[in-house]
Amino acid sequence: MKNNIDIQITVPNQTRYLSLVGRIGENMARELDNVPGDRETLGHHINVVLTEALVNAIKHASASAPDNQVQIRINVRDKELVIRVYDNGQGFDLDLVPANGCPDPLNERGRGIFIIRSLMDSVEYKKANGGNVLEMKKKLG
Amino acid sequence: MNLKTELNGTVMVVIVREERLDAHNSEELKAEINRLFDSGTKDLLVDLKEVRFIDSSGLGVLVSGFKNAATHQGSIKLCSLQTQVKSMFELTRLHRVFDIYQTMDEALESY
Repeated sequence: MKNNIDIQITVPNQTRYLSLVGRIGENMARELDNVPGDRETLGHHINVVLTEALVNAIKHASASAPDNQVQIRINVRDKELVIRVYDNGQGFDLDLVPANGCPDPLNERGRGIFIIRSLMDSVEYKKANGGNVLEMKKKLG
Repeated sequence: MNLKTELNGTVMVVIVREERLDAHNSEELKAEINRLFDSGTKDLLVDLKEVRFIDSSGLGVLVSGFKNAATHQGSIKLCSLQTQVKSMFELTRLHRVFDIYQTMDEALESY
């Protein structure tokens, strides 16, 4: 059976919702059909990616407006997973984050985008709906 | 954040009693580590047995602790990492930075 899942979540831009959003993604992974490999690992990776993307939206994109909300859309069509995290803040320049290489181990910050890029096949940050969207794609099998 | 801090011989052990160590709660662990080193702790062991999930913020706080230990001529070691937590250390190469032990007993024997 082909996967056809579309989950939309809207939460206040507060870190207390990281766990909720991450768990929704992790639980979704367990329901997917025809996905090779370990579904627990896939679920963990989705949890990590959602957490990192949401923190990014909260801290860097919407920090000036604490009452704002962050929208998340998780979409699975057959064998492709697309996660989009929308924000309506000032945004950031993804090109300024080095595309390759692991951050210096002694840096306290700067691992979030590296982790997302490591776990997903493609990552884009672009304008959308009057704000910005971090769009992350991964082939499932 | 639910932290349990106990002295075991000369080693201060911080047990993180949370399922997640992430951007929501990791600053509290950072504050506790800072407080311990500032109050004279030399050897700190962080037990992550109950932690099932860690993000870049949680990793960053442990790196901060590592640097803080060096500043105080002390040490920080980690023990009891669950599989998914260990995988995040490996992904970010931090397993090469920290002394990581499978159990608290093994870690305590290393001092």
